[in-house]
Amino acid sequence: MSLKGNIWIPRLLTGTSVIFVLLTLVLPLAVVMAEALGSGLDLYMRAVTDTYTAKALHLTLAATAAAVVLNTFFGLAAAWVVTRFSFRGKGVLSTVVDVPFAVSPVIAGLVFILTFGRLSPLHPFLEACGIKIVFAWPGIILATVFVTFPFVARELIPVLEARGTDEEQAAALMGAGFFTIFRRVTFPHIRWALLYSVILCAARAMGEFGAVSVVSGHLRGKTNTLPLHVEILYNEYRFADAFAVASILAVAAIVILAARNVVEYAAHKEEETNVR
Amino acid sequence: MYVELENINKYFKEFQAARDISFNIRQGILAALLGPSGSGKTTILRMIAGLEHPDSGDIFIDGTRVNEVEAGRRGIGFVFQNYALFRYMNVFDNIAFGLSVKKERPAAIKSRVSELLELIGMEGMEKRYPAQLSGGQKQREAFARALAPNPKLLLLDEPFAAIDAKVRRELRIWLRDMIRRLGITSIFVTHDQDEAIEVADEIIVANNGRIEQKGSPEDLYKSPATPFVASFIGESALLENYRVLKGFESETRGFSGAVRPEFVKIFTGEETIQYENSVEDAAVERIAFRGAFLEVVLNIKGMTFPTRYSLEKTPIAAGDRVRALVYRLYAFDGDRAFLLHNRNLDNSGAGNIYNI
Amino acid sequence: MKRLLPPDAASGARRPSRHFEDTGETMRRKAGSRIIPGFGVSLGITMTFISMIVLIPMSFLALQTSSLGWSGFWSAALDPRVLAGYEVSFLCSLTAALINCLFGVILAWVLTRYKFPGRRIMDGLIELPFALPTAVAGIALTAICSDKGWIGGALAPLDIKLAYTRAGIVIALTFITLPFTVRTIQPVLERLDRVYEEAGLMLGASRERVFRKIIFPEITPAILTGFGLAFARGLGEYGSVVFIAGNMPFKTEIAPLLIMSKLEQFNYGEATAVALVMLLVSSVVMFFINCVQSRASSFIKE
Repeated sequence: MSLKGNIWIPRLLTGTSVIFVLLTLVLPLAVVMAEALGSGLDLYMRAVTDTYTAKALHLTLAATAAAVVLNTFFGLAAAWVVTRFSFRGKGVLSTVVDVPFAVSPVIAGLVFILTFGRLSPLHPFLEACGIKIVFAWPGIILATVFVTFPFVARELIPVLEARGTDEEQAAALMGAGFFTIFRRVTFPHIRWALLYSVILCAARAMGEFGAVSVVSGHLRGKTNTLPLHVEILYNEYRFADAFAVASILAVAAIVILAARNVVEYAAHKEEETNVR
Repeated sequence: MYVELENINKYFKEFQAARDISFNIRQGILAALLGPSGSGKTTILRMIAGLEHPDSGDIFIDGTRVNEVEAGRRGIGFVFQNYALFRYMNVFDNIAFGLSVKKERPAAIKSRVSELLELIGMEGMEKRYPAQLSGGQKQREAFARALAPNPKLLLLDEPFAAIDAKVRRELRIWLRDMIRRLGITSIFVTHDQDEAIEVADEIIVANNGRIEQKGSPEDLYKSPATPFVASFIGESALLENYRVLKGFESETRGFSGAVRPEFVKIFTGEETIQYENSVEDAAVERIAFRGAFLEVVLNIKGMTFPTRYSLEKTPIAAGDRVRALVYRLYAFDGDRAFLLHNRNLDNSGAGNIYNI
Repeated sequence: MKRLLPPDAASGARRPSRHFEDTGETMRRKAGSRIIPGFGVSLGITMTFISMIVLIPMSFLALQTSSLGWSGFWSAALDPRVLAGYEVSFLCSLTAALINCLFGVILAWVLTRYKFPGRRIMDGLIELPFALPTAVAGIALTAICSDKGWIGGALAPLDIKLAYTRAGIVIALTFITLPFTVRTIQPVLERLDRVYEEAGLMLGASRERVFRKIIFPEITPAILTGFGLAFARGLGEYGSVVFIAGNMPFKTEIAPLLIMSKLEQFNYGEATAVALVMLLVSSVVMFFINCVQSRASSFIKE
């Protein structure tokens, strides 16, 4: 660079960073893999293909899918209404959207127990209808949706805000309807941010532990997600099995990270070509 | 010579931003580095400042070679294009920054800052932050900040680029008068020829990483040394082959050339008899009203000549046939430009044409 | 020298008043709101979701509290074991957030300013704690830090224990909250025009002084925001901590775990009381972040 400084400072800082990242981020990943495969491939395969693992995987995927679909739908609507219109109570609305971020996952779980559990005023009604939410899979899905609730909206709002409303107004003045405007004018600007937020939402939904743990009731094979299954195996001192199941999640996390980086790179490239 | 550059070369990867640049500036001069974007003018300024380093060549300030001297120790004040005021410091702290770095006494800093605030007419605004100032105020603050440590040389990178057109003219007159009054040697970079002509004592024209010409605004306008300077400074139109014009048939320097509007005179009546052998038939292509005069575009032998026409003369309209006298033009020969006079006028008393 | 008074010295008078500008702005926006379609539908969907997922469930929390009564609330919220739990959560989150402020600045600086092999991979890895399920992180960090682990084993002869101590909690929280500080500071450094540094250097300041006086104030709001986010997340974190903490009452028992164990005993009232105290603290932290951001934006506005 043109402004030459002490050459040791960059080296020292880079070295510190690399060591810090290796210790805090890479080492845990390595340990998961080492522990998972440490007792042999046979044991690993048995743990991974176990019926309880399969059932936990099933529920995890269902909860993740529900969270992604519902929160994308909500996120688009919320981002649209908050950035395209001004109305009374807008500030309150966007604060409320963020509430799940400020709430501990354990408290999120507690909230659903209070809403649908034994003490709730709704409980007799739910019982009469034979609907079980707490300590059953609907509770798991609700808790997962709650903790990932703001992800899509939070990612889209700044993008739409920065762009302003000129293009939408122009399209509306030319007589375009809502879906035409959204599809042709707005969507092309937010697609990368949307994809990015969906990836983040999926990652968080897949790995949610605290909230799900509270509402699950720990019924093996019924209300277990993969992270809860890891906990049960670990508490039963079946460490190799626990790490084997954990490795599925770790691999999923790495895939998600890679996808995130690909999306970011693609978005960056597109932005660069658009600028020119 | 106060500032001297000798054979400076600078590459950015493959791109050569400065090609064998040499020029010098006398003490007390306000010089403009003028050129289009990509001409290398900003790179030259940044090399003088020490923000970039030449790949070869020497830079001298006040007789000392400064290539190895750090930017902050060259005794240079620098006004950045968008001012680069420190956003988290108020006006006082911004101006005082360079002084506090030098570990001046607080009392000395205070008196110097108030002196500068008075100079720039911003007394009482010490506590304001950059976000609370207008464009012109920011510019003056940046100017004061650069001046605070008493630099020997002031460099300004496009100092008026970020200011509204309305305020810009007033501000550049203000800045010129201020610099002249302080007598500090200054170089400013600009892409705006009007700005350079109005403000600078001396203009250095850069193009394509080279210095095309250095001289007073009048020199550059009247006798451009290169085709680039002829077309970049002032208004001019390019000619593909000037030798077809009457009075220039026997010239030997190149074929292409350029004319300025004031090199062409329009005649509507018979008053041109005495120049019969040098007057061309011309068609009026376009006329535009410019307030004090008409801008007329003529077509002579397939080439276009923009010129001016007084409102006081016989009215003309687009499509009219008129007669025109080209009494001077620039001929381009390779990378040199030459001012040529219409040879047919030499004997018939060229002095007269100014009286027409 | 007649023209020494600057041209727009009196520019304050020429500008329209702020009040006037604001009205113009809102009027323009209101007109816009009627042009773009979809207001009713999108507001309807948003309100429905917010009510179902956030507002109604959260209101049951308030309902439960009111049935608890003041005395019940206070005795549950201020029980000595609970107070110890707050303390553990508070101190460990604070320590982890401070560690991450330091490393957040270093990592963000290195990632934006230096080029070195593996930089892109390192950049991509920063989000790992977001993507990796907290339970997985929890058991992995426990395995590393326990007496038989790669790091814990190395430190055991020196009589330093990480797992099942507060140090372990701090390690887990540092892991979990690292992206918050890095990812809030990094974009600010990326956007920060180099020209400010050059201006400082031109005025004769050393690189150290330029960092301290010019760059640091620019990134301070981001550091504070990152600190607030990391701290708030740390207070509520459960999954990664339970494995490594050892969960000894009064020593390594965090507040979220207290809620959990009260729930396991079906003691919903006390769980709610502890939850409310934690909500209060995180609201204060969020409020603090908002204040920092609005103050910072007043400087950056051009």
